[in-house]
Amino acid sequence: MELDLREFEEVCRDLYVRALKILPPDIKAGFADLQRAETSATGRAILDTMVENVAVAERTKNILCQDTGIPIYNLRIGRDVRFDGAELKAAIRRGCERATREFSLRSSVVHPITRRNEQTSCGIRVPIIHVDFDARVETVTVEMIPKGSGSENGSFLQMLLPSDGIGAAKRFVIDRVIELGGRVCPPTIVGVGLGGTSDLCMHLAKVAATRPLRSVCPDPEGARIEAELSRAVNELGIGPQGLGGRSTSFAVHVELAATHITQNPVAVNIQCHSARRARATITPGGIAFD
Amino acid sequence: MAHHVLDMPAGEAAIRELRIGDTVTLRRWLFGIRDATLIHMFDRDRRTRLDLRGHAVIHTAPNVHRVAPAPEAPVGYAPFCIGTTTSMRMERFTDALMAREGVRLIVGKGGMGPQTLAAFAERGGAYLAIVGGAAALETTWIERIVDVDLDDLHPESLWQFAIHDFGPLLVGMDAHGGSLFAQVQRDVASRREAVLASLEESR
Repeated sequence: MELDLREFEEVCRDLYVRALKILPPDIKAGFADLQRAETSATGRAILDTMVENVAVAERTKNILCQDTGIPIYNLRIGRDVRFDGAELKAAIRRGCERATREFSLRSSVVHPITRRNEQTSCGIRVPIIHVDFDARVETVTVEMIPKGSGSENGSFLQMLLPSDGIGAAKRFVIDRVIELGGRVCPPTIVGVGLGGTSDLCMHLAKVAATRPLRSVCPDPEGARIEAELSRAVNELGIGPQGLGGRSTSFAVHVELAATHITQNPVAVNIQCHSARRARATITPGGIAFD
Repeated sequence: MAHHVLDMPAGEAAIRELRIGDTVTLRRWLFGIRDATLIHMFDRDRRTRLDLRGHAVIHTAPNVHRVAPAPEAPVGYAPFCIGTTTSMRMERFTDALMAREGVRLIVGKGGMGPQTLAAFAERGGAYLAIVGGAAALETTWIERIVDVDLDDLHPESLWQFAIHDFGPLLVGMDAHGGSLFAQVQRDVASRREAVLASLEESR
C-alpha cells in the first residue's frame, strides 16, 4: 500500500479532535463499574457528574476536558506500506497544528525555558511520535492521545536495587498514589513500568497508563501484579477527586521489559479519568475510526 | 451541611459562614487565573486593571473562540470549553492573592495545602471544589467572557466570566482550619500499613 500523506494528515487532524470529544467505550464501562461499587455519597456524586459531563460533551459537541493535553501519536505500520518517513513526520505535525487552528483548541504546549506558546500545540519534539512495526498486518494504525497534564505531573522513576525485590516496587507504587491524592484527577489508571533502562521504564509506565481497560499485561507475572495492585489502590480510600471513597482508580496496569542484572527500575505514570484516546486504521480500502 | 448562594463579590462575613461539606452556587462574576498569571503578577510584580476584591477565582486556562466584538462578546472572545486545573501547583500564591488583590474564594480541583489554609483563616477565604475533567458541563454555567487582562500570557490570561448558577461546588477548605482533603489524607494514612501488609511479598 502506498500511504497517501495528504489523507494521512487529515486523519492526524481528525484524531486529535475525536480524542478530545469522545471518551472510549472501555472507559465508559469502567465508570459504570465504579458507580456500582462506590459506597461514599460524595464519591458517587462526583462519578455521576463525570458521567453527566461525557453526555453533555456529546450533546453540545464540546470537548470533554479543558486540557487539550500534550499530543502523542502512536503509529503501527504493517508490511508492504510505502511512504517517505520525513514527510510522514511532517504530516503528523501539520495535522496537529491544523486541529488546533481549525477547531480553535487551546494550545497547551510551551518552550520549556522561555515558556513561549506558539499556539499550535506543537514545539520542539512535540507532537510526540512513536513508531512500531507489525508483521501480521498490511495496514497503518494511528492512535492519538492528548495526554492531560494534571495526571502527567504524577510521574515518578526509582532505580531500585535488585536486593530491594519486587515488593519494594509495589510499595513504591502505593506510596506514590497516596502522595498524589486528588491532584491527578482520580479515578485514574495507574501506569507502572517495571524493568528496562530508566527511559524505557518511564515509557512503559505511559504505555500502561494509556492501555484500554480490561486489557491484561501479556507477561503472567506482570498480570498478577496488576491484579494485586488494582485491588490494593482501591482500599486506600482516596476516592474520586481525592474527596474519599473506593474509586481511586479504574485499574493499575503494568508493562515490563527485561533489565540489567544490577537494576530494578520502577516507574509510575498516571492517566486521569478523562482517559482520552482515538484510533484510525488505514487500509487500501479506506479509513476506519474506532 | 448547608447550601449557600453567593452573589459575587462577597463580604468576609459571608465567606466565614462557609463550612467544609457545605455546597455553594456562585452567581454574577468569576475570574480565571493560573500558573503563568500568578507568576507574572507576584514574582514579576505585574499589576492588573481588573478589580478582584471580594471575588472568586477559578484555576483555569480556558478554550475560547475569537469572535467579532459584540454585546455577548465584549472583548472578542466566546467561551468554548472551560474547566479547572490542579490547584496545588499554585499553593504559594494564595496568601498574596488574598492580601494584595482581595480575592476571597478559590475554585479548583485536588485541594490545596497548609499555606492556603492559614491564609483562609487569617483573611477569611475558602476553597470550593469543582469536578476536574467535567469542563463540558461546567461551560454550560458560563454566560460570556466579559473581560481579559494580561492576554500576552494566553491562554493563561486573567479572565472575567459572567456566570449563572455556577455550581453546586463543595466547600473543600474553610476559614476555620477545616479541610476535607486533609481529612481524607489522614484517613488514607491510617489505612496505608494494612494495604501494604496485604501485598504478597516478593518471591
